[in-house]
Amino acid sequence: MKIVIVDESPIRSLILQEGLREAGFTQVERIGEMHNLLKQIYAIDPDVILIDLENPSRDTLEQMFQVSRAVRRPIAMFVDQSDTASIQASVDAGVSAYIVDGLKKERIKSILDLCISRFEAFSKLQDDLERAKSDLEERKTIERAKGILMKAKKLSEEDAYKMMRGAAMRENKKIIEIARSVITAAEMFK
Amino acid sequence: MSGEAHVKIGFIPLVDAAALLIAAHKGFVAAEGLDLELIREVSWANIRDKLAIGRFDAAHLLAPMAVASTLGLGHVRVPLAAPINLATNGNAIAVSMALYAELAAEGEVAHPGQTARTLATLVARRRAEGREPLTFGMTFPFSMHNYQLRYWMAEGGVDPDEDLRLIALPPSYMVENLARGQLDGFCVGAPWSSVAVDAGVGVILHFGCEIFERALEKVLALRESVADEEPDLVAALLRALCKGAAYVDAPQNLEEVSQILSRPEFVGVDAEIIQRVLTGRLRVQGPETRERVDYLIIGEESATRPDPRQAEWIYAQMLRWGQTRYSPAMADRAKGVVRPDLFDAAIGGVQVQREIKAFAGPSFDGRSYADYLAGFAIGQRL
Repeated sequence: MKIVIVDESPIRSLILQEGLREAGFTQVERIGEMHNLLKQIYAIDPDVILIDLENPSRDTLEQMFQVSRAVRRPIAMFVDQSDTASIQASVDAGVSAYIVDGLKKERIKSILDLCISRFEAFSKLQDDLERAKSDLEERKTIERAKGILMKAKKLSEEDAYKMMRGAAMRENKKIIEIARSVITAAEMFK
Repeated sequence: MSGEAHVKIGFIPLVDAAALLIAAHKGFVAAEGLDLELIREVSWANIRDKLAIGRFDAAHLLAPMAVASTLGLGHVRVPLAAPINLATNGNAIAVSMALYAELAAEGEVAHPGQTARTLATLVARRRAEGREPLTFGMTFPFSMHNYQLRYWMAEGGVDPDEDLRLIALPPSYMVENLARGQLDGFCVGAPWSSVAVDAGVGVILHFGCEIFERALEKVLALRESVADEEPDLVAALLRALCKGAAYVDAPQNLEEVSQILSRPEFVGVDAEIIQRVLTGRLRVQGPETRERVDYLIIGEESATRPDPRQAEWIYAQMLRWGQTRYSPAMADRAKGVVRPDLFDAAIGGVQVQREIKAFAGPSFDGRSYADYLAGFAIGQRL
């Protein structure tokens, strides 16, 4: 079975490709360049097409159901009337699948499930990365504010931190917000 | 509806979403007690899917797509209701500089009947010379752009399924593809043809209203079940959208509306281009302009009120191009997509009867699909 992944993100496609290979699907190709999308797809002649939902070329792909005269084999949507759960899961994960008519539904279902879990894993990875980045930024800001207080008020590191924490509790704010105000204030007093 | 209802509405960045975008931005929606979240989408397929599974409560939608979804064409069957028109007309057919030069060298370019015949000559010549067929872009198989292009060229004797290639592309990709020579022309909603003219890569050949005088372009669509079960929500949305449409239409608001629409989170192109679109005075080639007050109709008298004849007309175009088969039940279902009953319950008012009228071809009365389709040389018959 030939599978094509239409995705501009090389990392995500790699994650997906790997998952499909592990599941025994060896003929997996990626299209990352959207120009001449249809031509590229005809050249590969896949049985299954997977596309990232944020890709504007989805409309181009959908047209293939309409112009079956131009395509050697008709492509149809994976989903059928009864399967709204699958559509929901794939839309939420951010992926959509199209298959050639006549393929066994169960086989496709396993591919789609795999896609959904890999897409979810990828977005979790991205979230984690974003969170790690902002955590680091916040830690740096708090360190800086602490340094300012230590110097200005001749406090120990621990007391400087306690002071900010106390202010945060009194004002019902996060300690990072207090730290930012400290830095802003210090800059104004320069 | 109790308290602040949270409503999610999807849209595609186009000027014809103006009534919705302005209603949101000017607080008309909030004034109805709705907490609106607008979501800018990248494809019509996404909008359709998210509306179908309830991730969106409503959407700015291609009118033919609402009919297709209801009939289950090209995708899962999800009955939709269109209780208000967001826009009538607003498209344009643009061609590359090279194709324009070929057309102009061959004959008059003012009338669509003439350009369509010239196009047929060029198509035949290309075939005789063994050259690649021409390629035209449109935004979706179930779109007025597709039907306008097909109608126009078929009048000149060009079979859009045999004589050239029609491909679907996202509106914002059209200009680049025209510039790179991947497309010879396209039919798309504003502002993209104007962007092509400004970039010096294309010429606006015909306005959409020169092909179909008054064609329903975009609607606000909801799932039929939601529209019928939540009349208060529908009424609140319709009141807000009518205010939005009237605001867009008032000449004194032109500059402000253009500025708002030009924001990156809305349409994201130059306010000056948007202003041209809203006034119907478009640059068609270099500095040369053409004006039609009905280029894009949003808020004028009774323009927002749904007219079932528009849905019948759309169904007839679908039949002509083999997108579906005829049955009286399907014809009724198609007609039932547009909902003047919901509009009248919320807004009231009377319908000004206006014809859709194409530049050529048989007229359509909504009754005899067979006679209508038999009136064309190219296309399917019943």
